[in-house]
Amino acid sequence: MAWQWFHRLGSPRWFFEKTNAWIPWLAAISISLLIVGAVWGLAFAPADMKQGNSYRIIYIHVPASFLALAGYYTMAISGAIGLIWKMKLADMVMKSAAPIGAVLTFVALITGAVWGKPTWGTWWVWDARITSMLVLFFLYLGVIALQEAYQNQDTANKASAILALVGTVNIPIIYKSVDWWYTLHQPATIKFTSESTIHPTMLYPLLVMVVGFYVFYALVLLMRTRTEILSREKKTRWVQELAVKT
Amino acid sequence: MKFQFESLQGFLWMSGHGPYVWACYVITALALTYLLLSPVIKRRALMADLKRQARVREHEMRHQTS
Repeated sequence: MAWQWFHRLGSPRWFFEKTNAWIPWLAAISISLLIVGAVWGLAFAPADMKQGNSYRIIYIHVPASFLALAGYYTMAISGAIGLIWKMKLADMVMKSAAPIGAVLTFVALITGAVWGKPTWGTWWVWDARITSMLVLFFLYLGVIALQEAYQNQDTANKASAILALVGTVNIPIIYKSVDWWYTLHQPATIKFTSESTIHPTMLYPLLVMVVGFYVFYALVLLMRTRTEILSREKKTRWVQELAVKT
Repeated sequence: MKFQFESLQGFLWMSGHGPYVWACYVITALALTYLLLSPVIKRRALMADLKRQARVREHEMRHQTS
């Protein structure tokens, strides 16, 4: 049965029990990658010819920005699945993705501002890339606020899924902003279609950090979703029994 | 691959960029720690609460039957 797994996802309990064993693996992999990547980028990658050592911020700024965007896809797609198929688990993923995305967007904005000071001589400019990232941050906050605003969970899910879907128009703007309005933010360093404008000795630690951030994202999204499952199913027998056992 | 700095001081100072670089890494470490701990704390609180409620229910049942 090719579609059996999809139907099983309709059961939050099945998902909770299935993913139990994944947590320690995801934690071990992501934390080791993040430590290796950070030490490599901070101490062993060569200094940039133009920017000197300030460029070392790239090793967190770029991965955090990637995940701020990937996190938005995750939130919008699970919101859509929740709307269309009324899948409870998808709604929980959407709700869990919002605060994680907000924190990562915040990290991308802050590290960008701190990097801007020694590089551009300013903390903030209303550059297209930076402004569209700020809009992304507010979209995440909007979903969090809508989740809190309604007593009825179904209404909250519907409202925040619609906001998340409408907000996807911002995503191509973020991607294209550095090419459409080339003001201050530099264009993409890593390219998939042509050669990257970064030397391999600087690129490898960056790739380690990007993979580390992706696995970390999967870890915290899973942890948050599992906590959300327990919280929404707290009246059920299996959660009550689990609580007594702990 | 070699260590890019002459001394520990040089590593921390990074020719004047140290404060910016380290500030970013510290903020990120705090943010990631928050993401890691907040679901654990919420889950523990929830489970402790459910456990306490179960104990109260059990206690009440015992009193009703006696």
